[in-house]
Amino acid sequence: MQDFSIITDAIHSFLLTYLPGWLTVTVECVLIGVGLLLVYALLALFYIYYERKVCAAFQCRLGPNRVGPWGLLQSFADMFKILIKELIQLNNIDKFLFALAPYLVIIASMLAFAVLPWGNGLQIIDFNIGIFFLIAVSSIGVLGILLAGWSSNNKFTLIGALRSGAQMVSYELSVGLSVITMVCLAGTMSVGGIVDEQSDLWFIFKGHVPAIIAFIIYMIAGTAECNRGPFDLPEAESELTAGYHTEYSGIHFGFFYLAEYLNLFIVSGVASLLFLGGWMPLHIPGWEAFNHIMDFIPSVIWFLGKAFLLSFVIIWFKWTFPRLRIDQMLLLEWKYLLPIGLFNLALMTCVIVFGWHF
Amino acid sequence: MEVTTKSMPYEAFKDNEYIEKLVEELKASGTNVIVGTLDKLINWGRSNSLWPLTFATSCCGIEFVSLGAARFDMARFGWEVARASPRQADFMMVAGTIVNRMVPVFRRLYDQLAEPKYVIACGSCAISGGPFRRSYHVAKGIEDIVPVDVFVPGCPPRPEAMIYGIMQLSRKIKVEKFFGGVNRQEKQRQFLAEHPVEGVED
Amino acid sequence: MSKLNDKIAKLFPQATEAANGIIEIEIADAQWHQAAQTLRDDEDIKMDYLVTIVGMDWTDALGCVYYLMSTKYNQIVAVTVKTSDREKPMLHSVADLWGVGCLYEREVYDFFGIIFIGNPDMRRLFLSIDWKGFPLRKDYDDDPALNPVSTENERQSDFTDTYIELPDGTVEKKEVEVFHPGDFVVNIGPQHPATHGVLRFRTAVDGETIKKIDVYMGYIHRGVEKLCESLTYPQTLHYMDRLDYFSAHNYHHGLCMVIEKAAGIEISRRAQVIRVMMDELSRIASHCLFIGTYCMDLGATTMLFYTLRVREQILDIMEKTCGARMTFNYDCIGGVMQDLAPDFVDDVKALLAVLPANIKEYNKIFTGNVIAKNRMEGVGVLSREDAISYAITGPSGRASDWACDMRKLRPYSIYSELDFEEVTATEGDSMARFKVRLREMEESAKILSQLVDNIPDGEYCVKVPKVLKLPVGHWFELVEGCRGAFGVYLESDGSTKPYRLKIAPPCLPLAGVVDHITRGSKIADLITIGGSLDYIVPDMDR
Repeated sequence: MQDFSIITDAIHSFLLTYLPGWLTVTVECVLIGVGLLLVYALLALFYIYYERKVCAAFQCRLGPNRVGPWGLLQSFADMFKILIKELIQLNNIDKFLFALAPYLVIIASMLAFAVLPWGNGLQIIDFNIGIFFLIAVSSIGVLGILLAGWSSNNKFTLIGALRSGAQMVSYELSVGLSVITMVCLAGTMSVGGIVDEQSDLWFIFKGHVPAIIAFIIYMIAGTAECNRGPFDLPEAESELTAGYHTEYSGIHFGFFYLAEYLNLFIVSGVASLLFLGGWMPLHIPGWEAFNHIMDFIPSVIWFLGKAFLLSFVIIWFKWTFPRLRIDQMLLLEWKYLLPIGLFNLALMTCVIVFGWHF
Repeated sequence: MEVTTKSMPYEAFKDNEYIEKLVEELKASGTNVIVGTLDKLINWGRSNSLWPLTFATSCCGIEFVSLGAARFDMARFGWEVARASPRQADFMMVAGTIVNRMVPVFRRLYDQLAEPKYVIACGSCAISGGPFRRSYHVAKGIEDIVPVDVFVPGCPPRPEAMIYGIMQLSRKIKVEKFFGGVNRQEKQRQFLAEHPVEGVED
Repeated sequence: MSKLNDKIAKLFPQATEAANGIIEIEIADAQWHQAAQTLRDDEDIKMDYLVTIVGMDWTDALGCVYYLMSTKYNQIVAVTVKTSDREKPMLHSVADLWGVGCLYEREVYDFFGIIFIGNPDMRRLFLSIDWKGFPLRKDYDDDPALNPVSTENERQSDFTDTYIELPDGTVEKKEVEVFHPGDFVVNIGPQHPATHGVLRFRTAVDGETIKKIDVYMGYIHRGVEKLCESLTYPQTLHYMDRLDYFSAHNYHHGLCMVIEKAAGIEISRRAQVIRVMMDELSRIASHCLFIGTYCMDLGATTMLFYTLRVREQILDIMEKTCGARMTFNYDCIGGVMQDLAPDFVDDVKALLAVLPANIKEYNKIFTGNVIAKNRMEGVGVLSREDAISYAITGPSGRASDWACDMRKLRPYSIYSELDFEEVTATEGDSMARFKVRLREMEESAKILSQLVDNIPDGEYCVKVPKVLKLPVGHWFELVEGCRGAFGVYLESDGSTKPYRLKIAPPCLPLAGVVDHITRGSKIADLITIGGSLDYIVPDMDR
């Protein structure tokens, strides 16, 4: 198993030989920041392309194929375009909050990147409440959406924002509950620890019934968390034109657009961390040769592959199901997902206490 | 200079003289190397990423739906990201008749589009009023209301014609200067100054 | 039948019977409201369906022709009410008797300036509040300087006028509030992805719940009726393509039929069969697009692409024969424009072969989906009485258990010989409207399969005089468009041009009922209901 900490440690000791300790940390922070931004932008562009191609395949179409080979450069063209679009100055709005909102949304998703287990030893920060931190920062996003909707001084955005508020607050409960369920199984909140716990078997197999229930609840609630169909009520195109970001143009809109796709990545990333072992290769107890072969595939590919696969499922949801109505959406959460989640937590506790898991 | 897109050979376009004239105009004003290169990059991006506004009033709108469907698939060119909010769209395909009552709404939609913005007059109604030209309640072409970049004739134009029209727009964008600020922007300002709307500053 | 005739003859001795079985009565304005009540409520007459109100300007008098139909006895009565006052013409309103009356009367007021006493909402319908003149009057001044094209926002008022007759006979004007100042009014449209065109709903909401909807039309009002008055009969035909562009063939069929009846032209059997086949093909294509756009409104975008696949196949068939993908201009006076393409029969057979599988697929993807069911079932319920009162015809009316198919009620062309079922449902909700359309596609396919092997030989178009003049008189015909009963009223003064051509579109009442059935539901339901009614805005605005 390759360990990326060898590379990071080498860089660290290399810097230490020339620089004092505090400067080393500063330089590393800057390096990581730049790297993160780069990964962030590339991932978002990839995701836009990915969704357009997947959706085209569902709809018997070809999807982008003229700009660059197989249309690969399509999202780059979109990025250049969106960067130079005019930022429209609106009258009668709360200018400060209006400008702040997209940054809040983008910061929320960027912070979440810090604790994702990208690969073996390739994690920006690993501390003992990693998963808790992730849930905490990802809920800042809703603040940005609420501000965007309110500060635009537009009735559609206001309705969109209020819908979004109701939706996020409700579904965060289910996300939290299924995360707690898995934390119980792992016995730690540290992201690295959770991954290590799955070195013999992924949690979805280890925790069997309660883990599978938690996985399903997490996927449903996660889809709602990132405002994607069938839960795309805050930006329901046929009802509210563009929902909370109706009034945003240019790169401000671009931020919302990127954040939507990155939230998709984060949701699938966390799902792969909690249920499918993060960067951990597929290990089956007893099959030593098989496990050894699996170890040859780099851990980054394992993580990204799992995340993309789960994203595919979420994209599949969007292009298949009709949208829910606001009352039905809240009904689903409060009357079904939440009780099932609570029951499932109790079940998982029993499973752990009595040692029924594998 | 041959201005073309990947999908069609240069000779297949019908109005090459017009584009060449635009290029001449551009060359005459000159530009420096850095700005020129940047311009090229940005124009590559802009011409390949045209997001339409979902705007349709009548028959042509249905052909626009067909254009998005599997058979004609405008997604191939990256035009499928139809935005419902004018703030996020790049061009407006005026598909259908614009009547007196719609004119203020239409003009407002145009004003709401974020720069750089383009208009395609699609179908004979949008170009001249078409079969309804003699009616008491139809605007005789949208050219008097907003500046138009490309005209696509037909009643309604076939989806192929619409693809051709958007390609022409894409070529036009390619020969524009973004930083230079020649051509289009000035003409547009002039147009807006000549056609003011009360309470709106351009 | 004769009982009804006798009763009417007894009540209104002045009644006459026109050639096509329509009973015509002229009633003075003072007695009109009373007479209307009798016509509607009398057990032996039961004229419960107001087909249309034709505003008329006979130059010496202004007035209306009310076309009433009895759903029980299947009989049409035309009532003429006149006023000779041109300065301030007034008639009594029947808005309290028929739900759709209010909208129809507003239309007449807009075009002719006839004020209806007792109508609760006497605003202009299509034209802006400051429009000068009444365009369909014969003395209308169409100088563009009077009503210039302006980019300035039109004036808007939260008040409407109503005219009330006082006991002493004088008429008083009163202002009525449409929205309270405290209402949270959201403007949905005219530029909105879900209004299917440029319709505008001013929606008062309480949170997500709809309190009231005020419908604004006219954003695509093109004045087709006025334009027709200056064109010869063959020239008027091409406007029919551009009203409801999905029912182009059906509308052509309707207008051609009226003109042929008036001119006494018999068309060949081959032309009849071709027309019916084209009508049914366009019905399938139209319903396909309905399913697609409706599912898209509900958020299931992918369905649109599956349904458009079938539609493209039908458009190919039509393109081979008619030469266009839309706006075919195919039916003409005396038959059809040109003969069928050589591979028409094979193409239709190929279509019929793939259609059942496709319908099955649609059901599988969408109809059985639990979210779709929750979104549609019990949403926007329209009772049978309301459907008749609001004149909701077509699939939407049939979903409320009102058998209103004109192909069955007043069989025209060769429909009486064909074996097909009239699809109805009892629920009256959005799901029923959706399902009725799906099943209608199957019925249309059934009609096509009966005809595809039996297209008789013969001429496709009979000889028609180059300059067509119709005798003096008036005619009214109803055909079944894809969205409901499409009526054409034609009045001729003996020249080559129509004196008045009134088009009674099915979509105008559809928009009129939206307020009635959306009250108390959610904003998302407005989209569901609007989508399921399937109105075409250029059709209602004309």
